[in-house]
Amino acid sequence: MNIGDVLPPLEIPLTRSLIVATAIASRDYQDVHHDPALAQERGSPDIFMNILTTNGLVDRFVTSWAGPTAVVKRIRIRLGAPNHPGDTMTLTGSVSAIDDRRVTVDVVGTNQVGVHVSGLVEVEL
Amino acid sequence: MSAYDDRLAAFVGRPLVALRPAADPVNVPMIRHWVEAMGDTNPRYLGASPVAPASMMQAWTMRGFGAPVVAGGFDELVALLAEGGYTSVVATDSDFEFVREVVPGDHVSVEEVVEAISPEKATGLGAGRFVTTLKTYCDAAGSVVATQRWRTLRFQPVASSPVEPVETPRPRPAVNLDNAFWFEAAREHRLVVQRCLACKTLRHPPGPACPECQSFDWDTVEASGRGTLYSFVVAHHPRHPAFDYPLLIAVVELDEGTRLITNLTGVTADALSIGMPLEVEWLDADPELTLPVFRPVATLEH
Repeated sequence: MNIGDVLPPLEIPLTRSLIVATAIASRDYQDVHHDPALAQERGSPDIFMNILTTNGLVDRFVTSWAGPTAVVKRIRIRLGAPNHPGDTMTLTGSVSAIDDRRVTVDVVGTNQVGVHVSGLVEVEL
Repeated sequence: MSAYDDRLAAFVGRPLVALRPAADPVNVPMIRHWVEAMGDTNPRYLGASPVAPASMMQAWTMRGFGAPVVAGGFDELVALLAEGGYTSVVATDSDFEFVREVVPGDHVSVEEVVEAISPEKATGLGAGRFVTTLKTYCDAAGSVVATQRWRTLRFQPVASSPVEPVETPRPRPAVNLDNAFWFEAAREHRLVVQRCLACKTLRHPPGPACPECQSFDWDTVEASGRGTLYSFVVAHHPRHPAFDYPLLIAVVELDEGTRLITNLTGVTADALSIGMPLEVEWLDADPELTLPVFRPVATLEH
């Protein structure tokens, strides 16, 4: 493994089912994550993905590359363009630091509006 | 620093959410729901000695559906921010650091403390303040298993525009019993002129009595719609959103002899000359308002 190694990109179709199922699986019952009418009332064009799910997908993206022995030590994300149903988010990443067993992966997730998430994940191999 | 800033600053270091245990200990069924929904097939999560996905930490301590809001520092801070006009919220950053993995049987608790509240910043969403808190997740023994630095922007929403921008309607004419007939005819695209029944004098604008013979009896005649430019002004300012500028405002003398104030269309100011022939055109400004406007008579091309 070397700095600059690129992870296989992960395309995630943002179905309405995914956005709702992941919100409920994370016990996040805020209406903007499952009720389109109430989401619109609050000024959003549609429901959108919750933050716990963004963390979960970034986690999945990196650990599926790092393998089942990897232990996640840090997930730092900055949020941008919301993930709405019908869009696709593509996660890309590359190794930005290696310190003994600890590997840092820079991650960006983009949808058709722009950058949904950017940040880093540190795993211990 | 204003008194308001001082009140906000008083929250720094204060627990927003007192140490609160998760409803349930870490357990396989909830892990299963999570990894199924996330599409995560990592064998560590549902294997012989399962661990919970690191990113699931926050989920253990979520309040759940329809949970009553517990009064406390969090609600006080939200109310104070709302007082400053910061009524909307968007999360901007989450920074998890994991001390150890949690496994089924671990019982996680969370506490949230305010770390910082920024001065007001101009953002794309509106003026707002960034609120940074630190959530500390502990196990049943009180040992820290993870921390999560959490930043939200509390902002003053920019006045939201209606979904379909409504055009400013043209100012309403002052319609009354004496002139309603004229606007009603206009709605039918008929240009009428009031006529005294006693002396047959035409008059405009409409009025209850004949200025010549003072008779109150009247009827109308239909105008030809032809006339000439008697006078005009070009309005540049002040602007009203219902009109296009420069706005041509004219006095048109009808062939019948009366004059009316109207707008000119299909022509620019530099092409106008007093006495030029004009003809009526109907402006259906909106469902309730139709008005006559005038345009130059089309010259026949030979």
